[in-house]
Amino acid sequence: MTGGTLALLVQLALTFAPLSLVAIGGAIAVLPEIRRQVVEVRGWVAADAFMDLFALAQAAPGPNMMVVSLIGWQVAGLAGLAVATLAMVGPPALLALALGRLRARFAGLAWVRVTQAGLIPIALGLNLASGVVLAQAAHQGAVTLALALGTTLFVWLTRWSPLWALAAGAIAGMAAA
Amino acid sequence: MTAPLPDRHPEGHDRPDRPPRPAPGRLAFFLAYLQIGLSGFGGANAWARRVLVEERGWLSEQEYAEYLGLAQILPGPNALNCAVMVGDRFHGAAGAALALLGILGGPLVPLLGIAGLYARYGSEPLVVGALDGLAAAAAGMTIGTALKIATRLRPSLALAAVGACAFAAVGLLRLPLLAVVLALAPLGILAAWAAPQRGPGR
Repeated sequence: MTGGTLALLVQLALTFAPLSLVAIGGAIAVLPEIRRQVVEVRGWVAADAFMDLFALAQAAPGPNMMVVSLIGWQVAGLAGLAVATLAMVGPPALLALALGRLRARFAGLAWVRVTQAGLIPIALGLNLASGVVLAQAAHQGAVTLALALGTTLFVWLTRWSPLWALAAGAIAGMAAA
Repeated sequence: MTAPLPDRHPEGHDRPDRPPRPAPGRLAFFLAYLQIGLSGFGGANAWARRVLVEERGWLSEQEYAEYLGLAQILPGPNALNCAVMVGDRFHGAAGAALALLGILGGPLVPLLGIAGLYARYGSEPLVVGALDGLAAAAAGMTIGTALKIATRLRPSLALAAVGACAFAAVGLLRLPLLAVVLALAPLGILAAWAAPQRGPGR
């Protein structure tokens, strides 16, 4: 491994690890900030490629945070994937390990439920913000705008699997290409 | 989507009629989390509950809800936080690592395949079009999922206002995330405390 690669991996870890600690409700909440860092500040990933990776991660099985793994892969290959994933998962996992061991003392306590209830709206607001920021960052055209709006309504108001809307999006995008 | 669904467990209904549940071995435990990771679409939390509580019977409804509740007050993906705590309970730190390896390692295989295809064919015009459409739909999915959970929760006015502030601050004003979270978290907790009768799960 060259010194340059090592420096890149360290930067990658230092970019993602702090964000992992403010990812209330999951990695999607910090995706606009990740985008700002890796696309605008560092220039590691092209704007188009970032949206492609987001799209692919959403369509693939697995936890949502794996978009971070794909971004790491795009920046520095397999090593980048491992570092980005560990940086995003590690700090919260250590907190979870500690809190889990105190479960007997905390579980069911009123303040845990109140904290949980108080953080949920923030998580939802951040996820909503991520969706809007990403929709704005997506390819701008009549077809893509209609797809973003249509999928919003489909997922919000029906009980059908969102995979149908994603598949429709890919097909419509191909047709419009 | 790992967005925080409220835990909807019947309060304190640990089933006393059930036989004592044997703790899973390491391999069985790892395989269970591999299954949860690969089924992840539509929310890993829902699958984790189904596999751990219903299918394997390693945790009671109440125990799982307690872990999920604690996972939700921590930053990071709830399903992963939950995996760490459940793994630690059965096999210590090694169990936590096994749970993470399962829930992330399983989906990693298809994801790497997709990444490889993307590297190779990502600039073909048809693929570019498909990905543009997919990205727009995925952004819509993120918005739609948040709206769906928000309308289902029917939060109190104060909680809804906190959520709206989080959205406006980050989505419209583009304020720094850390400052927004640090400023709003106490307000959200205060709002939840003031409306205890409308806590999670309604």
